[in-house]
Amino acid sequence: MDQFILQILNGLDKGSAYALIALGLTLIFGTLGVVNFAHGALFMLGAFVAVTVSNILTLSHKVVDETRTDFLGNPLQVDVPYLYDLFGQAAGDTIIDWAVPISIIIAIPIMVGIGFAMERGLIKYFYKRPHADQILVTFGLAIVIQEIVKYFYGANPIPTPAPEAFVGSFDFGVILGFDPNAIIYPYWRLVYFFFSVVIIGAVFAFLQFTTFGMVVRAGMADRETVGLLGIDIDKRFTIMFGIAAAVAGLAGVMYAPINSPNYHMGMDFLVLSFVVVVVGGMGSLPGAVAAGFLLGILESFASMSAVIDILPGINQIIIYLVAIIILLTRPRGLMGRKGVMEE
Amino acid sequence: MSKSNFSRRGVLKTGMVASAGLALPQYLRADAHAGFTNAPSDSEVVLGFNVPQTGPYADEGADELRAYELAVEHLNGGGDGGMMSTFSSQALDGTGILGREVKYVTGDTQTKSDAARASARSMIEKDGAIMITGGSSSGVAVAVQALCQEAGVIFMAGLTHSNDTTGKDKRANGFRHFFNSYMSGAALAPVLAANYGTDRKAYHLTADYNWGYTTEEAVRSSTEAMGWETVNAVKTPLTQTDFSSYIAPVLNSGADVLVLNHYGGNMVNSLTNAVQFGLREAQANGKNFEIVVPLYSRLMAKGAGANVKGIFGSTNWHWSLQDAGSQAFVRSFGTKYGFPPSQAAHTCYVQTLLYADAVTRAGSFNPCAVVEALEDFEFDGLGNGPTLYRGEDHQCFKDVLVVKGKENPENEFDLLEIVEVTPVAQVTYPADHPQFAGGALGTCNPGA
Repeated sequence: MDQFILQILNGLDKGSAYALIALGLTLIFGTLGVVNFAHGALFMLGAFVAVTVSNILTLSHKVVDETRTDFLGNPLQVDVPYLYDLFGQAAGDTIIDWAVPISIIIAIPIMVGIGFAMERGLIKYFYKRPHADQILVTFGLAIVIQEIVKYFYGANPIPTPAPEAFVGSFDFGVILGFDPNAIIYPYWRLVYFFFSVVIIGAVFAFLQFTTFGMVVRAGMADRETVGLLGIDIDKRFTIMFGIAAAVAGLAGVMYAPINSPNYHMGMDFLVLSFVVVVVGGMGSLPGAVAAGFLLGILESFASMSAVIDILPGINQIIIYLVAIIILLTRPRGLMGRKGVMEE
Repeated sequence: MSKSNFSRRGVLKTGMVASAGLALPQYLRADAHAGFTNAPSDSEVVLGFNVPQTGPYADEGADELRAYELAVEHLNGGGDGGMMSTFSSQALDGTGILGREVKYVTGDTQTKSDAARASARSMIEKDGAIMITGGSSSGVAVAVQALCQEAGVIFMAGLTHSNDTTGKDKRANGFRHFFNSYMSGAALAPVLAANYGTDRKAYHLTADYNWGYTTEEAVRSSTEAMGWETVNAVKTPLTQTDFSSYIAPVLNSGADVLVLNHYGGNMVNSLTNAVQFGLREAQANGKNFEIVVPLYSRLMAKGAGANVKGIFGSTNWHWSLQDAGSQAFVRSFGTKYGFPPSQAAHTCYVQTLLYADAVTRAGSFNPCAVVEALEDFEFDGLGNGPTLYRGEDHQCFKDVLVVKGKENPENEFDLLEIVEVTPVAQVTYPADHPQFAGGALGTCNPGA
């Protein structure tokens, strides 16, 4: 039972990342009709906003320490962050420690800006082109973004820890009456889950309860009619692209402490997120979120050694297996709308 | 009435046949007179450095390339000569190899076997490389080693740790200086027993590919021989990035040690996840829970950050070694590039010197003469103490370093501390040891 609860927790936090990326993908697909293979790169860029903010906060000047030597035997040059000079060491350390949460605020305008630039600079020229062209151009863009990041940050993962206050694990086992240590879960992963719930809720509320959201939903349902009513739907869709980029970016920022960011982390998530979108139903926002959590939980269960012992290799194929079953039984996915990708 | 024998189709056919003839692999036809593939000219010799320049191991590949460039500089008489002055064989004199200036070409393995073979083939066929070296993966090493055997050139492996490279997949034209999984297990087990006791229960997470299997087998057999019990061993997909679902059940499995048979990004992520789940602070079976990483790399340790602190592992070489050879290499490399070399850089530098030295001692570039010169060659002064290139399997036998993530690093390179230098006798095994069973060295192939 404890293992069962543990894997559900695991699946929820894994599913959070899938759901956030799939939500952005669906927003872009539903509004602009573009299959955006560069969406994983936006997730990765978000993580690298956290890395960059962390690098900026630790910008240092060298102070020679005559008492110590470096690896060549020369006097050691110690890095002293400029923040120490400005705020003192204790306050400086606290600011550096909170680099990831600080990045959240900085990431929003940056990612919206990147989203706008991407849409205005490249994607808009492919609205009327076949999906295959869109996939090729966005996939190419993803590779370009990856290589640029690798050029500046290298190929190795870069550790970007969560604030000290969130280090450690929460013992659910004790609360639920199990043995201590039976169900422990890291604080930051719990934060990630709640953060993603808030973001998903905010996106839905924005679409549901604002005039802007209403117009966008109308545009998703029937773009032409909305245009005939004299509404500049293209402009709103561009803004939606920016919002989708920000959602992916925030998912990336918050993910940075979970796994050290590297340049190909976006690709690792992209394919799975597309499966999530298809399983959820192309163009369905609730479907994307539901499928994200569902597949995250299933993937966690399939990774249990008791399951692998019975079905070796199931952990590597479970998501695709479920996708096949769902598409065979419900060709439009869990909550797919009629007419989407069916012309 | 005359009838021409030249038809458009006939000309095309003849042209294609002629082109195919000209395009024959160079190693099948060139320099046949020399009796071996890619015999160098009187003025220069070309070496092929096949390293990951793109992909997840690109940083490690870049460090390998720096080491190769340094080795070439030293062989051609430039710089301070590095380890050439400390190398027990003093055959090299800074005039290139056998009086030929050393030139080099590079290839990108991408850490993919097919890409690595393609780039090695290109360097052999188009650029005339007489020796191929490099790589940062056992899959790549085994694939390129087999290609070099067929092509008739020498392969001096870079970073490859799987037992199979000099086990079931060994080849007469291939040589490995780097240590292997068996040696890691043999070196680590006594240190683990001394620090954590002999009554331990281990849980293995193993990367689902060749290197993972041999490492798990080596660590399991050596720790079980010390009295440890293995409670579970789970294979994890190589492409896995989030290991939480594999790590979450560990603490409740009855195990009190987690062994991460992972390398590269897998290692960084699984270790980070394990630390996040509080395994380092946890208690199990009345003991402190411990984590072990059998193969450490400084570049990977950097990726894992503070998570490596206090965690045991093994490594082929470390820049903090105080012997004359290591110090000479660190000084050369550090002065040129501004930071200390990695173990990958070290093994690649040493392999280049060893090849050049073997050619010089043999007085010939013929691969079979080089093989003969390297087999059972004993040397010292290259950073690992007295070393033997065993003739039976072309594996180097030398001391192995057991290291631990440093608790209080003094700088960004100071991530690992050497806990023990395990003497070579403790990591030596017979060539027919079960973990290396199968395959045959065969005979050297000079090509041509």
